[in-house]
Amino acid sequence: MRVLVIEDDRRAAEYMQKGLQESGYLVELASDGIEGLAMAQSGDFDVLVVDRMLPRLDGLTLVSQLRAGGGETPVLFLSALGQVDDRVKGLKAGGDDYLAKPYAFTELLARIEALVRRRAPQQVETHLQVADLTMDLLQRRVARADKRLILQPREFRLLEYMMRNAGRVVTRTMLLENVWEYHFDPQTNVIDVHISRLRGKIDKGFAKPLLHTVRGAGYCLRAPD
Amino acid sequence: MALGYLVLFGLSSLALMAFLFWTTNGLIARQTDDTIRAEITGLAEQYRRSGTTGLRNIVAERSRNQRSSVYLLTTPTGRILAGNLDGWPPVPTQADGWMDFTFERPVGQSTETHQARARHFRLAGDFQLLVGRDVQERIDIGSRVRQSLIWALALTVVLGLIGGVVMSRNMLGRIDAINKTSQDIMAGDLSRRVPVTGSGDEMDRLASQLNDMLAQIERLMTAMRQVTDNVAHDLRGPLSRMRSRMEVALMKKPEAGGYRDILEASIEDSERLLNTFNELLKIARAESGSEASDMKDLDLGTVARGAAELYEPVAEDKGLTLHVDIEAGVAGRGIEPLLSQAVANLLDNAIKYTEPGGHVTVRLAQGETGPVFMVADSGPGIPADQRDRVLERFVRLDASRSKAGSGLGLSLVNAVAQLHGAQLVLEDNSPGLRVTIRFPST
Repeated sequence: MRVLVIEDDRRAAEYMQKGLQESGYLVELASDGIEGLAMAQSGDFDVLVVDRMLPRLDGLTLVSQLRAGGGETPVLFLSALGQVDDRVKGLKAGGDDYLAKPYAFTELLARIEALVRRRAPQQVETHLQVADLTMDLLQRRVARADKRLILQPREFRLLEYMMRNAGRVVTRTMLLENVWEYHFDPQTNVIDVHISRLRGKIDKGFAKPLLHTVRGAGYCLRAPD
Repeated sequence: MALGYLVLFGLSSLALMAFLFWTTNGLIARQTDDTIRAEITGLAEQYRRSGTTGLRNIVAERSRNQRSSVYLLTTPTGRILAGNLDGWPPVPTQADGWMDFTFERPVGQSTETHQARARHFRLAGDFQLLVGRDVQERIDIGSRVRQSLIWALALTVVLGLIGGVVMSRNMLGRIDAINKTSQDIMAGDLSRRVPVTGSGDEMDRLASQLNDMLAQIERLMTAMRQVTDNVAHDLRGPLSRMRSRMEVALMKKPEAGGYRDILEASIEDSERLLNTFNELLKIARAESGSEASDMKDLDLGTVARGAAELYEPVAEDKGLTLHVDIEAGVAGRGIEPLLSQAVANLLDNAIKYTEPGGHVTVRLAQGETGPVFMVADSGPGIPADQRDRVLERFVRLDASRSKAGSGLGLSLVNAVAQLHGAQLVLEDNSPGLRVTIRFPST
């Protein structure tokens, strides 16, 4: 997996490169907008990480031009601004996700993984499965080991998101944004409560738990080894 | 500058008085000329009708009766036929027939020299007629008027000078006071204020405006200082904790292990620090009003219900009853993420501070003046004298700080309410706290 990081803060970029390499990515760096656009257009990258504010060509224009030229590589915007309309502007310019600085590295990693995955050809799925946990999206039925589980609508959406990202870490913020469509941080970890309720329904009474808490990062739904 | 004003003032006074003099004097002179002209016309008519004899009789009669007039009728040879002048005045007739001369007027036993203005008229047969008026009185009045005007001018200039000096001294004194105050303030004494005399004049109004501005600046400065102090105080704790934890970790032998726990704990601490900074930035942004342009029409019920649904399991887990009472179709205008955050903060607080078995109510209704949103709990509440204070950044009432939290939640709610032009009210819910946000009607 190849990631292009377009970021003018050299220390931040190198730190990001190191972290992503530790996680198994091949990382290239560009330090300004013009260089970044040229690399993004010529190279074959799986994800672009683009800072909003760049010398010579700002991030928004860079992505607009990339998209105008037919480039479809998923883009994660980074921004020190983080204001309400920045997210909207970023997504309108052709970004796929948006992360405000300062961010936790685990958050960045989780979002890059989600973007890489999104790039895989998406067929219309009617059925999700993780180990013996199954979800029928048409009939909105969930079962584990053929035992029907009754979920609230929000629990269903939460589980659906976890199952679509099975095997990957999803952060609390990602859940808030994608399941609740909220763009703010609750002070206490309300998400933990929702997760533990869901866990009570899908894992309770089963020998092998599927829903795991990843300390300092978020949660992961995965099949037992 | 002051001298320039004085000269200008003197000149304009002079011009005003000269104008007054010229118009009144000129008016009287013109009236005299008109009556003389009319009289001559009358006499010429008389001459045509009744000849020299008739004219002589009339002139003689008028000379006797009309003391303020002068008459003289002479033959072509210069012999006096009638009149009250001793002879033809020794001045040449002006081209327009007018003459100004002096004559001796008998007053009692003696005579007085009087000024006269007359018109010289040649009758048919070369008889000469002179009709005039004694203008001495007019000239006397004129000179008296002129004199008094000069006095008035002198007085005006002197008074203006004195008044100007007094006023500018007074003004300069007050401006000096303002300068002095500004210098003191620049030197660091923010409590200084410009003196107000109480006269209510323009300078006073300026002074009170300046004072209001200074008071506002002082308030902001104090608030800022407080925030800085609080930031320093609240961030020092986790930072020094992190530092000592890492120092202790370094003392251990590398093979002893346990690094992972230390790093994870440090990450948690740094995350808390970053969150605090983010909250501060969010509050500052909301307070600056720079996001006001992002306002959109929205359904406040959706916002309230969403947050209530998010927190419902949290309340239930803690053994609280959550009442949700949301009127349908309450529309508002605002920034959705900020409103959601504000509602979430209020719910967060309510649930955090209410003991198990208590209840929390979320209510949204269309009030008379606009949408009214309310979160009430049955917790310990906030004493009346502390309700303003808890809106400040980092203020937490539980001295033990046993409950997790940054002390920024209500500050953000307050900033968000202000950004939306809404009114935030903290009240006693006896028992508990009731927080109401009254939105303006859209």
